[in-house]
Amino acid sequence: MTSTQGFSARTLLDIYRKALLIQLFDERMRSLISTGRMGAVYYSPRGQEILAAAMGVNLKPTDYLVTTYRGVHDQLAKGMPLRLLVAEYAGKATGACKGKGGAMHITYPAAGIMVTTGVVGSGLPIANGLALAAQLRGDGRVALCNFGDGASNIGAFHEALNMASLWKLPVIFLCQNNHYAECTRYEDGTSVAHVSERAAAYGKGMRGVTVDGNDPQAMWQASREAVERARAGEGPTLIEAMTFRFMGHYFGDPGPYIPKEEYAAALARDPMPACKAAVLQAKAATEVELAGIASEISAQIDDAVKFANDSSPPDISEIDKDIYATGASA
Amino acid sequence: MSTATAAPQTMTFNDAYRLALDEALASDPGVLLLGEDIGDKEGGGVFKVTKGLSTKYGAHRVRTTPISEQAIVGAAVGAALAGMRPVAEIMLMNFVTVAMDQLFNHAAKLRFMSGGQTGVPITIRTRTGAGAGTAGQHSDMLEAWFAHTAGMKVVVPSTPADAKGLLSSCIFDDDPCIFIEDGLTRMLTGPAPPPGHRVPLGKANVVRSGSDVSVIGYGRPLGDTLAIAERLAKEGIQVEVVDLRTVSPMDTDTILKSVAKTRRAVVVHEAPRSFGCGAEVVARIQEHLYGQLAAPVLRVASRDVTVPFTKVLETEYLYKPTAIEAAIRRTLEARAPR
Repeated sequence: MTSTQGFSARTLLDIYRKALLIQLFDERMRSLISTGRMGAVYYSPRGQEILAAAMGVNLKPTDYLVTTYRGVHDQLAKGMPLRLLVAEYAGKATGACKGKGGAMHITYPAAGIMVTTGVVGSGLPIANGLALAAQLRGDGRVALCNFGDGASNIGAFHEALNMASLWKLPVIFLCQNNHYAECTRYEDGTSVAHVSERAAAYGKGMRGVTVDGNDPQAMWQASREAVERARAGEGPTLIEAMTFRFMGHYFGDPGPYIPKEEYAAALARDPMPACKAAVLQAKAATEVELAGIASEISAQIDDAVKFANDSSPPDISEIDKDIYATGASA
Repeated sequence: MSTATAAPQTMTFNDAYRLALDEALASDPGVLLLGEDIGDKEGGGVFKVTKGLSTKYGAHRVRTTPISEQAIVGAAVGAALAGMRPVAEIMLMNFVTVAMDQLFNHAAKLRFMSGGQTGVPITIRTRTGAGAGTAGQHSDMLEAWFAHTAGMKVVVPSTPADAKGLLSSCIFDDDPCIFIEDGLTRMLTGPAPPPGHRVPLGKANVVRSGSDVSVIGYGRPLGDTLAIAERLAKEGIQVEVVDLRTVSPMDTDTILKSVAKTRRAVVVHEAPRSFGCGAEVVARIQEHLYGQLAAPVLRVASRDVTVPFTKVLETEYLYKPTAIEAAIRRTLEARAPR
């Protein structure tokens, strides 16, 4: 239905700009954490920038996002404000969640960031509910649900995909297949060669597609098709975006379970330098312009880090707030 | 709204649940029902509570779901995050165990974890209770699990009028509510509530006033207790009966006010005795009223075992009305402190 029509040099640059924000943000957070200047519990998305950016340019601010603890790339691609994000990482009162959620649980409904869950697979049933609300109201919103390949083995995945297919929900299930479910290799935990094959189990209502998540154009096209399909009321799509996770599972994970040759080969296909080369080749921007974009982003990150550093932790009285809507306690 | 010309004088618990759902669906387009078999095509629910509602409001709002408790509760959570007021029916309370991640990690906590940016105004209607021979996977009272979870409200009605009023309040409350329906007494009747009846959450009800001993409880044992209180009144024993209505958040003030007056208390519930909500009531009483009590606070509850199937064992498992009476008498016999 949809062709590559619409994928212009400008689209490529938009994707690169979002991806660069993710890359530079991730570099800064890792630097702050590893030097003891921040105490966040952090799961790096390094290597998975392009797929989030290419999906992000296809979404509207009013669309819903559900993601996981390794989800900062998804959040930034959806428009998460940097100040609120870093301040939340730092556990400050000015953070998006007033320091009560932290890096693993970023929420910002003003940008459609509805849930970031710390529990593998839990987001899928919730994304269905957001999509169901959109469907019942006819407001044209779609719900994007991000998760890893490991989440495709939990019961919630199967319950959610069955229901989404049955009810033709405007939801996109974006499986970011980075080859490792925590520390277990994909094929040691998953019975199918590709997660997208599982779409077939949910009938004609569910479309399944595998795409190179590190290829901006391919990922953009798959995202666009899924978003258009959802918005048109034609139902859900399971996208399996192939990618790689360069920084291991948890922060400081030395990744001994990844064969050296595999890691080296993946690193040689780092999507960020490749995307930059594509931008230059398409003449979407010059080296000088890209350097300008990078320094603009760095300045925004500087500002956010300063904002977080200058902010105070929440008042102790916050412990008793937001338990119930009206403030009563048990 | 119902267009019935003559309002009924009495109604069953089941009628009360249906009335609350009917009113809510009629008054707010954001109200949405999800559950297994709840549509009229499937018979209006295994317990017939939703009978007629999908015909009246459409199968898109009264949605029959697959047997997928995680997906049911997750869909309710998501729709609630988007501002709707979903009511999910989990047929039997033991099946909430399948959806505990959605309930415990998400529904209860997202308001706090988002710093108040989001809320999850869902109602989970779920049926349970021992006494019908449904054994260990269809009978459990699991309210203590949810009462132990910050952010969750736990509601157990003991009359049809309260059932209507409390369920209406749950649906329009901005927090997640677990509404527990007793299977055994579902066809019992009681006075019908007035139209639009609501019972506030978090407030206990002094069902019967008395000066000698307070019996505090919720759900099915309340009916037993009231019958016992009537009988004991003929002996001159004045029993005050406090129905918690909302188990959590618990109305400590009403409990303490009652026990400060009577100086004696018995706590009753159907759930097993150990680590139950009754222990919390006892703890709050002794924390505040130690020294004023004329007797130890006693608990009457079911046995700390798996609910058995066969009648003799199931009866042995369940709390006994005779034990409520015995506890009251024991409390009265205790020597008052000097």
